[in-house]
Amino acid sequence: MMNQHILLPMHLLQALPAVSAFGWLPALIPLLPFAGFVLLGLFGRKYLQSISGWLGTMLLLAAAGIGYYTAYEYFFVLGKTNGVYQAIEIFKLTWLEFSPGFSIDMGIVLDPISVMMIVVVTTVSLLVHIYSLGYMKGEPRFATYYSFLGLFTFAMLGLVLSTNIFQMYIFWELVGISSFLLIGFYYDKPSAVAASKKAFIVTRFADLGFLIGILVLSFYAKSFDFATLIHQLTTPETATMQSAIAASFLGGSALTWGLVLVFVGGAGKSAMFPLHVWLPDAMEGPTPVSALIHAATMVVAGVFLVARLFPVFNVSPPAMDLVMFVGAFSAIFAAIIACTQTDIKRVLAYSTMSQIGFMMFALGCFGFTASMFHLFTHALFKALLFLAAGAVIHVVHSNEMKDMGGLRKKMPITHLTFLIACLAISGIWPFAGFFSKEGILLAAHEHNTLIYWVGIVTSALTAFYMFRLYFKIFWQKEWNGHTDDAHGEGGFSMMLPLLLLAAGAAAAGFIPFGKLVSADGKPLEEVFHWQFALLPLGVAVLGIAFAFLLYKKQNDRPAKMAAALNGFYVAAKRKFYIDELYSFITTKIIFNLVGKAAAWFDKNVVNGLVDATGSSTQFISEKVRGIQSGKVQQYAVYFLVGALFLAALFIYGWR
Amino acid sequence: MNEFFILMKSELLLGIIIFILLFIKIGKGLSNEKMLVLIQSLLLVNFLAGFFFNQTGHLFGGMFVSTSATILQKNILNLGVYLISMLFSDWFRKHIHMPEYFILMLSAVMGMFFLVSSGNLLLFFLAIELATIPVAAMVNFDMQKRISSEAGMKMILSSAFSSGILLFGISLIYGATGTIQFAELPLLMKASPLMIMAFIFFITAFAFKLSIVPFHLWTADVYEGGPIASTAFLSVVSKGAVAFIFISMLYKVFQPMHEVWYHTIILLSLCTIILGNIFALRQQNIKRFLAFSSIAQVGFILVGIGANSGAGSISVVYFILIYTFSNLAAFGVAAAISEQTGKENIQDYRGLYKENPFLSWIMALALFSLAGIPPTAGFFGKLFLISAGATVADYWYIVVVALNLIVSLYYYLRVVRAMFMDKNEFPIQKVQVAFPAKFALIVCGVAITVIGLLSWVWDYIQTALI
Repeated sequence: MMNQHILLPMHLLQALPAVSAFGWLPALIPLLPFAGFVLLGLFGRKYLQSISGWLGTMLLLAAAGIGYYTAYEYFFVLGKTNGVYQAIEIFKLTWLEFSPGFSIDMGIVLDPISVMMIVVVTTVSLLVHIYSLGYMKGEPRFATYYSFLGLFTFAMLGLVLSTNIFQMYIFWELVGISSFLLIGFYYDKPSAVAASKKAFIVTRFADLGFLIGILVLSFYAKSFDFATLIHQLTTPETATMQSAIAASFLGGSALTWGLVLVFVGGAGKSAMFPLHVWLPDAMEGPTPVSALIHAATMVVAGVFLVARLFPVFNVSPPAMDLVMFVGAFSAIFAAIIACTQTDIKRVLAYSTMSQIGFMMFALGCFGFTASMFHLFTHALFKALLFLAAGAVIHVVHSNEMKDMGGLRKKMPITHLTFLIACLAISGIWPFAGFFSKEGILLAAHEHNTLIYWVGIVTSALTAFYMFRLYFKIFWQKEWNGHTDDAHGEGGFSMMLPLLLLAAGAAAAGFIPFGKLVSADGKPLEEVFHWQFALLPLGVAVLGIAFAFLLYKKQNDRPAKMAAALNGFYVAAKRKFYIDELYSFITTKIIFNLVGKAAAWFDKNVVNGLVDATGSSTQFISEKVRGIQSGKVQQYAVYFLVGALFLAALFIYGWR
Repeated sequence: MNEFFILMKSELLLGIIIFILLFIKIGKGLSNEKMLVLIQSLLLVNFLAGFFFNQTGHLFGGMFVSTSATILQKNILNLGVYLISMLFSDWFRKHIHMPEYFILMLSAVMGMFFLVSSGNLLLFFLAIELATIPVAAMVNFDMQKRISSEAGMKMILSSAFSSGILLFGISLIYGATGTIQFAELPLLMKASPLMIMAFIFFITAFAFKLSIVPFHLWTADVYEGGPIASTAFLSVVSKGAVAFIFISMLYKVFQPMHEVWYHTIILLSLCTIILGNIFALRQQNIKRFLAFSSIAQVGFILVGIGANSGAGSISVVYFILIYTFSNLAAFGVAAAISEQTGKENIQDYRGLYKENPFLSWIMALALFSLAGIPPTAGFFGKLFLISAGATVADYWYIVVVALNLIVSLYYYLRVVRAMFMDKNEFPIQKVQVAFPAKFALIVCGVAITVIGLLSWVWDYIQTALI
């Protein structure tokens, strides 16, 4: 059963007159970071080394300022017509025209989700720029780092502002490349290089699905443009829609397959099971990069993609179910693994995967607003968690929990902000995560009971592993590490982003989000049930209490627990052996079976065949081999056999 | 008479340049250095002249045809030749028989021009021979190296064999239809067993020249043995010319047998892509590596040819233009390094970025483009080829082709990784690149970056072809 009103937002995405009240100003939002990339990339190392950080930060500050202005104008002044938020195309260029009416365009579109993403991306990116001024100080490739950050921000903004699916794909790839550069930034560290390669290959593999999906969808819709594509594929009367539903392949309609393939691309970027393996390894990159890319922006691109095509997903229940189940499974799967990891960044990485799982299954349960709201709040508190973790690592010089403990006195600001973020992600009232998670669970409750319970269990696990992390870093034992390090918590540039994000994580829940972002552009009446909120809140408190018992003071309870859960604990700690499975498949099966078989076939069958046919030429061949290899005769035999085989095949076999 | 000069203008111009070179050689007045500059200027003039005074029509009773498509194709070939003359300056400059090399190369190019303009089977056969035999001598041009002579020998033997089968095919076609004119053939042709056999024998010649599996075996030895300039010429200009005539033969002359050739193309493209990839995975020598990877590239061209539509032929020409830039850039870098250090193994490229950032970036761009990573031009080339092919092909076929794209990504990136990321205690020292080569590399790099983004390139090809 589908909500009828969800099927109607087409008029909203219909192309509007190209000239809008915004003028060209919003185009500057992605272009300013790009200018930073070009400037710092070309001249950074030689001429601008000393001011590169400030230059990049200032450009981003300007971009963020324009972004906030645009958001204000859009949401409160210009965006609505007759009470419905419109999609406004700032400009549009025809870029490649295949035939009249079928072309690839480049443009910028403003609608509720893209404007929301502008705010998220510019905010987090700006704060990461500021934070890195302190965190990356003394790095010899400082300017390069800032130019990569600029490139990434440009690509991400281009992605969210795309007017058509092909433009989005190009920026999608550009995001992948810039994240490859940033993960592998410490290129003299072999693990970082391996991680960046892994991320690149896994997401490339997924992107292939995305590309084929684009081709399938646009083949039927005869357009790459989001508005036209959505219109064509959601209006049941049109011929395109009929043919897309009628064409079937392996039991699914072409439309479903197209959507599934697109979703594969989204799942790769958003680290959904089983394409999540790159995300934990990607933590090899600098920590501010993890905060920007692997918490707030790039990893949610998959969610954004599904949201962008939400009306089309709506008409294909199998595709919606896939989104829902993959999201829910990833959420609980990652939460279990997160409980056992000891590297703090990896805990956060799995936590990210789990939270993105929430957003995905919320979409699968038709909870569009809730999913976008969670995307928004998650960006704030997860960026905060990463940046705070960065501050901790900065002091401790280790990612391992065992090297930490008792840091609350040494790092009071970090401690406080980290606590706020933990409360927010656990869903404790009145912090931001409470409200967005509430919305998601409500959507799940209305749609599918199983998913709802998965959500509840995951919430409990989330609270548990976050507070396990919190207690292990800040409590448990007295800090007795090297006290010689004078830099303490890090300077103002590192603390300011933490404080700003903490304020956001504490207060963002009170934004009337449903009024601004909804599937059909109409403000949504938010209903809030206290009695419904009690259970999620209860399990979260339970999870925190449990973590308190186990990890507040050092004791042997965690070890006993681990022993009791023996096999399961080990499996979870080894991340359920997914990495091993992949390496088994690639090295053992593909390289060994296919590679060796091909070599064997080459050596024995093909050569044997040639030797057999060429026994008369063998003698001469041996003679010529004296000169070099003498394979020319063999080549001729191959040639002749190939030609005769083809001729026989088409004369006798094929007809 | 006037028409004769204008329609055959490209061929005549090449003939004039060949004569100039012959006289220069006899004169012996010029140093190699000056001669090379002269040759490069002549080739530039030759390339630019391709854009003026163009006229369509036919000569000698339809034997020689000039259309807007052939003019465009000749321009692309001229561009390739000009870039080759610039890229391998270092090698040319030192070679004592440099003018002869260009005489051979231009003779082969003249053969290719006649090939794309041919209007009957007779001229076709003569042209394909003219386009091959000089190349065998070019492969033999590293005079003091035994491996080079061997490669030349292998090339001439293999191509003689291929020509034999081609002639057999041509005679069968003539026997079945009674004509050799391309314009008349489609009217008289039907898919009888005799005709199928004739057709298969006929296309083996294309398959040989394009090194399509299983007719590719000569490729690796010849590419590795010959001087890099010859290898580049073979893998770019020669393949481009054959692909151009291949597509117009299939689309026009063999249209009545469309079903047969379509399935042949699918089969051959699968073999070529898969085996080309598997072999490229194993290569350690950069020239062999580029050779095998170019085999796989041809497999992708076949995917586009299979479309049997206007989009198919546009995408093939578009791809070949991009492939010219990408592959020549890769060969150019490999040549610069091999010429000065003698190193040709991928292993030796580790840490190249440290001392040679310019060469590394150009190589990386070229390999990205060959691998089809956006936003380089190669991505758009592959995209249009595959989407043209996808309009008629089965899903599974496109899926297999797409999976092979991923495999190719692996081995192209392996080289990039070696250059940028792998450590090497003794990386290749700073390589001095001659100015013409540097210029050509920059041209290639810029082209790779922008061609995909400039929509008028596609439009230009479209107007020329349709």
